[in-house]
Amino acid sequence: MRRVSALLAGVWEFVAGDDWRTALGVVVALAVTALLADATIAAWWVMPPAVIALLALSIRRAVRG
Amino acid sequence: MSGAEIGLAVSVFLACAVEAVEALTIVLAVGTTRSWSSALWGVGAAAVTLAAIVLALGPALTSLPIDALRVLVGGVLLIFGLQWLRKAILRAAGVKASHDELQTYAEEAEAARAAGGLQQGFDGYSFTISFKGVLLEGLEVAFIVLTFGSNQHHIDVAAAAAGLAVLVVLGAGVAVRAPLSRVPENVMKFAVGVMLSSFGMFWGAEGAGAHWPAGDGALAAIIALMLLSSLVMVRVVRVSVGRAAVASAGAPEPAAADPVRSA
Repeated sequence: MRRVSALLAGVWEFVAGDDWRTALGVVVALAVTALLADATIAAWWVMPPAVIALLALSIRRAVRG
Repeated sequence: MSGAEIGLAVSVFLACAVEAVEALTIVLAVGTTRSWSSALWGVGAAAVTLAAIVLALGPALTSLPIDALRVLVGGVLLIFGLQWLRKAILRAAGVKASHDELQTYAEEAEAARAAGGLQQGFDGYSFTISFKGVLLEGLEVAFIVLTFGSNQHHIDVAAAAAGLAVLVVLGAGVAVRAPLSRVPENVMKFAVGVMLSSFGMFWGAEGAGAHWPAGDGALAAIIALMLLSSLVMVRVVRVSVGRAAVASAGAPEPAAADPVRSA
């Protein structure tokens, strides 16, 4: 069990790195896209501004930190 | 070859070339200071491990339904790509130090000399350091090959691009016989970050059910948007960091040192 959780933690660290907020933001943006698409509302416009905002915020945190 | 397949090949080639340059530095350092044969055994063992990972996970990924695959791979690729892009932007803006292959080589060679215990025959240190270096650098490439390749159902194209990059870097390394310090690593990482983020955004949104205007043609616009936004961010960070440096250099002494204010 300990090995499985260590493996999952390693995978998470490998993919998301030290910025979990950006990873969470991507998941939320994809969820909003899916919700809009499911309601047959145009959803393509969600991701571009969301990704740019997430990147800008991540850089801001890195510069200030 | 479609535009997406060319993008796949270019992204994998660049990512693999950058990682191969970094791995080459480590192998060169232990090879020249300790044992070439043991270092090369380490490289071979790591290459076999990486190939096994791709062969084991590739079919599992490609067997997923296309929408699930796209949202999963797109999301993960986007998160991963944003990491690359963030570091590249910080390096380009001068906030984060750029990777210096000569310095890395010197540090690795010094550590290899200091490790001592060098004997004739198999050298465990050279094997382990080479194995770890190639495996760790190669994991990111294997990840990109798997995600890009499975989504396009062209793991073969991705693997071929990765193999070509390794051959080019190896050839250059053999020709130069020194760390490839003049390779513009940050520019390449910047480009890979833009490509990974753009493809991740495109596939992730499609997998979530969105329909891009102009279909696959939207990908070029997304790449242009990500590139432009990233360049603007480099500029903004550079200016704001420069202003902060000027402000701190010209800042008045603390209040205690100012007799008028402290009075």
